[in-house]
Amino acid sequence: MGIYSVIGKNLTEVRESLFSGKSGIIFDPHRKDLGFRSALTGMVDRPVLKGVLDRRMRVGLPVQGEYAYIATLEALNTAGLDQSYLDSNEVGILYGNDSSAVPVVESVDILREKKDTMMIGSGYIFQSMNSTVSMNLSVIFRLKGVNFTLSGACASGSHAIGIGYLLIKQGLQDIIICGGAQEINPESMASFDALNAFSTRESDPARASRPFDRDRDGLVPSGGASTIILESYESAIKRGAKIYGEVIGYGFSSNGEHISMPNVEGPVRAMQKAIKDAGIPSSQIDYINAHATSTPLGDSNEAKSIITVFGADHPLISSTKSMTGHEMWMGGASEVVYSTIMMNHSFVAPNINLDNPDDSTASLNIATKTTPAEIRSFLSNSFGFGGTNSSLIIRKV
Amino acid sequence: MQNDEIIRKINLLLVDEIEIDEEALKPSAELKKDLGIDSLDFVDLFVIIEHNFGFKMKAEEMSEVKTLEDFYNYIINRVHSN
Repeated sequence: MGIYSVIGKNLTEVRESLFSGKSGIIFDPHRKDLGFRSALTGMVDRPVLKGVLDRRMRVGLPVQGEYAYIATLEALNTAGLDQSYLDSNEVGILYGNDSSAVPVVESVDILREKKDTMMIGSGYIFQSMNSTVSMNLSVIFRLKGVNFTLSGACASGSHAIGIGYLLIKQGLQDIIICGGAQEINPESMASFDALNAFSTRESDPARASRPFDRDRDGLVPSGGASTIILESYESAIKRGAKIYGEVIGYGFSSNGEHISMPNVEGPVRAMQKAIKDAGIPSSQIDYINAHATSTPLGDSNEAKSIITVFGADHPLISSTKSMTGHEMWMGGASEVVYSTIMMNHSFVAPNINLDNPDDSTASLNIATKTTPAEIRSFLSNSFGFGGTNSSLIIRKV
Repeated sequence: MQNDEIIRKINLLLVDEIEIDEEALKPSAELKKDLGIDSLDFVDLFVIIEHNFGFKMKAEEMSEVKTLEDFYNYIINRVHSN
């Protein structure tokens, strides 16, 4: 596993932040100058890759690709995979990404000013496609297996892991680099800000993302990248690789209703399918990493979905988005990393900022403080625009 | 602008912008074979030259430009003809 997140630039930093309940949310004055309704965002430094990657590799890499490169380096390292292994074996990549706004904006700005496509340069095309992360990383690491991007809105990273799991289960690949990446910039978030979906608690950024809390007033956009090396059990054992967890269930569904308003029934079906696929009783799931983004309707509907599937006697729940904000295309992958860290270190990270539940969330068993817990397996929910839903179940090995 | 100044400027751009090793910048060096300037790098050179010399290279004229010396001469001629 590897992570480059607003709560830490590697697994160790992220583990410490999860344990201490640290927020990665800031106020970005530039967004206010641009006319944003909310200037809140997760923030992480841009990686410096000059001297690390050659120019050709950097020119086509947008910021979320840079995050993904750093996360993938850590993931390959912790998985014990070096370049000579990648050169002599078929390793694939399936990454979640659903936008690349800055290169689109900048290249069109140049065109409008210069009236000549030859003044755009060579890098923008490779930076601006949704598949930018998988296309760049496959070249940088000289990968020879499956190679494409999953665009499933805020469930992209989760679906990437789910599809990777299915390909490996089918025996079609032994190792797939899976993950999710999310750019952090005003250009990609302006039209989302227009939907009145973001928290405006600008006076207190660290307390703005408050999933399940009565006074939640919207999500906080965020980003980064997260990589998971999915590998067949036989291959991992043969290589002597460290195994962080086993993907045992993937459930997906579509709401078939509104483009932005979530429902209850769609997530219920995704969770039920994941549990059925995992072949374990739901009582063996000890933690749910909720999608809960801190929007009034979304959190309320997810609460109802969880109660429908698990009943009143359900496992501990937290939304790590209370600390990270909503990592969108990345979130489904990063939240598997966060939860796997918790599983391997026997704690549940807190759902910070939950001061008062409301009627719909009061019946949930939410960890408001860091809680020691033996997690045999966890379920991670990710939902997105268009009503796409993904639930993954990961088991301790 | 004097010719040696133009050559110095081109060399600086090739080192800074295209990240070519300064020691490889010999007039006889072939752009593709010796300096590793591929078709995508050429696309960037169009932008770099426009930004730094104020004129646009013409793609159809580049087929005659094989070596670094050819490139110097091409830019020098364009600078003086502008």
